[in-house]
Amino acid sequence: MSTATLRIALVGNPNCGKTALFNRLTGSRQKVANYAGVTVERKEGRFVAPSGRHVQVLDLPGAYSLAATSPDEAVTRDVVMGRFEGEARPDLLVCVVDATNLRLHLRFVLELQRLGLPMVLALNLSDAAAKRGIRIDRAKLEASLGMPVVETVAIHRYGTRELVAALDRELPRLSAPPAADADLHREVSRLLNEAVSVPRRTAAIDDALDRVFLHPVAGLALLAVVMFLIFQAVFSWASPLTDLIDGSFGALGEWVSATMPEGVLQSLIVDGLIAGVGGVLVFLPQILVLFLFILLLEESGYLPRAAFLLDRMMVGAGLTGRSFIPLLSSFACAIPGIMAARTIQDPRERLATILIAPLMTCSARLPVYALLIAAFIPARDVGLFNLQGLVLFALYLAGILSALAVAYVMKWMQRDRNEHSLLLELPSYRMPNPLDVGIGLWERASIFIRRVGTIILSLTVLLWFLSSFPAPPPDAVGPAIDYSLAGRIGHWMEPLFAPLGFNWQICIALIPALAAREVAVAALATVYALSGDAVESALEPILAAQWSLPTALSLLVWFIYAPQCISTLAVIRRETASWRTVGIAAGYLFGLAYLASLLTYQIAVAVTG
Amino acid sequence: MRMSMQLSELPLHTPAIVQGVDDTASTDPIANRLRELGFVAGEPVRIVAQGPVGREPLLIQIGYTRFALRRAEAARVRVQPERAE
Repeated sequence: MSTATLRIALVGNPNCGKTALFNRLTGSRQKVANYAGVTVERKEGRFVAPSGRHVQVLDLPGAYSLAATSPDEAVTRDVVMGRFEGEARPDLLVCVVDATNLRLHLRFVLELQRLGLPMVLALNLSDAAAKRGIRIDRAKLEASLGMPVVETVAIHRYGTRELVAALDRELPRLSAPPAADADLHREVSRLLNEAVSVPRRTAAIDDALDRVFLHPVAGLALLAVVMFLIFQAVFSWASPLTDLIDGSFGALGEWVSATMPEGVLQSLIVDGLIAGVGGVLVFLPQILVLFLFILLLEESGYLPRAAFLLDRMMVGAGLTGRSFIPLLSSFACAIPGIMAARTIQDPRERLATILIAPLMTCSARLPVYALLIAAFIPARDVGLFNLQGLVLFALYLAGILSALAVAYVMKWMQRDRNEHSLLLELPSYRMPNPLDVGIGLWERASIFIRRVGTIILSLTVLLWFLSSFPAPPPDAVGPAIDYSLAGRIGHWMEPLFAPLGFNWQICIALIPALAAREVAVAALATVYALSGDAVESALEPILAAQWSLPTALSLLVWFIYAPQCISTLAVIRRETASWRTVGIAAGYLFGLAYLASLLTYQIAVAVTG
Repeated sequence: MRMSMQLSELPLHTPAIVQGVDDTASTDPIANRLRELGFVAGEPVRIVAQGPVGREPLLIQIGYTRFALRRAEAARVRVQPERAE
């Protein structure tokens, strides 16, 4: 037996349980990256067969056909045809089919046979097929197809034994492909008649569950409960962990401040590095909680049902039903929301979702909103409502309406008259498998820390540098930040921002607040030379005394739009692999922020005289 | 022999047989994809659910699989309703 590594690729329709099979074969020995030049995820892993043969496994994106209609399918087509630059053509294809859905999946197998690669057919989910009384005559299927056929159960520990054994033998001989002019559907029917008996078309449990989950009233009500649960979880269940990370890094910073001599190095470590690393890790709980839900919903088959229910409401704005969960979770934080947009297959709809996600009012805006509302909006009752609450609600609503408007304008501007199809398969309901959910969570966490974390950390250090250098002269009277580069930039910005009603203090505070919106509160406190505890309550009367109401309203509106969050921009960069998209996002958001604040200020000044 | 109709016009839960998929343009990737997904002559088809707003999208049972199609997509599929039993 050759000692060279065998390179195999798993190919199959979406929902054939291919990734679960991949997880079972390779365990934790996986590498996740992107294919060169596209934002399609590339998953590779390896394992050693009993004979000592090394097998390298590529988990290709799910595809219905080699006539690709999405970037995912194009990658699969190009790799199996050996046309993808930088990807070696696999030595062998493992065609994974759902044994309960052979009519659809076998057609692709016949199409792949024409490629002239050695193939093995894996009848996945063979336990589910047996349970439904589907009987498959494996020997007949093997003879008709001319390739080894093995049964696999991806969720069982030993469910890949037959497959591994088949891969441990000599490469199977090439099978005779169907004739060039053959009707593949007819071929599939012939195979099914010969080798498969199916008692009924669908699983009774699927019919029963769909009657409830897709019911116009009950289905929507259940969806609302699920959405509320996700939102609640991301918003509040993750917060003890978030607070713990935040607090620990704060305490670590204080400890370092107390033990190290004061100076540039101490400042770099505390305000640059520790704050930066903490600023990365603080997102992890929300990302993990959101993806736990998304993985459970995706694995169980509910996510496409949710997309089915919501599609009509989103489609008018150029979005899809699948945009809903990313947008909903962006109310907690745009970072996990933008990462969740990868569940959207259509590239245009995915991009639109990513670009408008930052307009959802995330939790980092709340400290800024709370400070300004408390300082400027009287806690008066308006009818049944409280005026402060109404203003907060208006800020949320403005974000949502702007997002829909932006999505609509983007759809219109792209002049994309191509019909974007839905063609969404609703797979059978399945019990989520803990191994697959665990591996999925681990992937998301490590991608975020490695790819996004490095950008966030370096930008945090850069902002620290801008806010700390040059140091104030010894006889300085004002706050130190006033003498720094950030301070100077703030002063330069002042004329530009004067029509918005922003004074130089606000302009300076906006620069460190590029790191994250909530930093604006601490930065304002620094500029107004406050320190110690309870700066927020001390800040309120100062702002109330020194700022006009139009200035406060204008700043509130600024924070609806401005992408004052380098982490969001970093995650957009990672998810789209394009600095141009980051530029477009930052550009249009700052542009909208400027225009909206300008309008707000000028109108407020005119009204209040 | 009854008249054929578009799948988008088929009443909910009415069993029908696919007659074919019509292209709306000379190259219609959506029509091609529908054929690949199993919308071919002779296949039994049925609408099993409709979206809550504007009765869209449609959930179609074809073969062993359920696909959600928007009305514009379903309109490409010509079907012949079976006699109700």
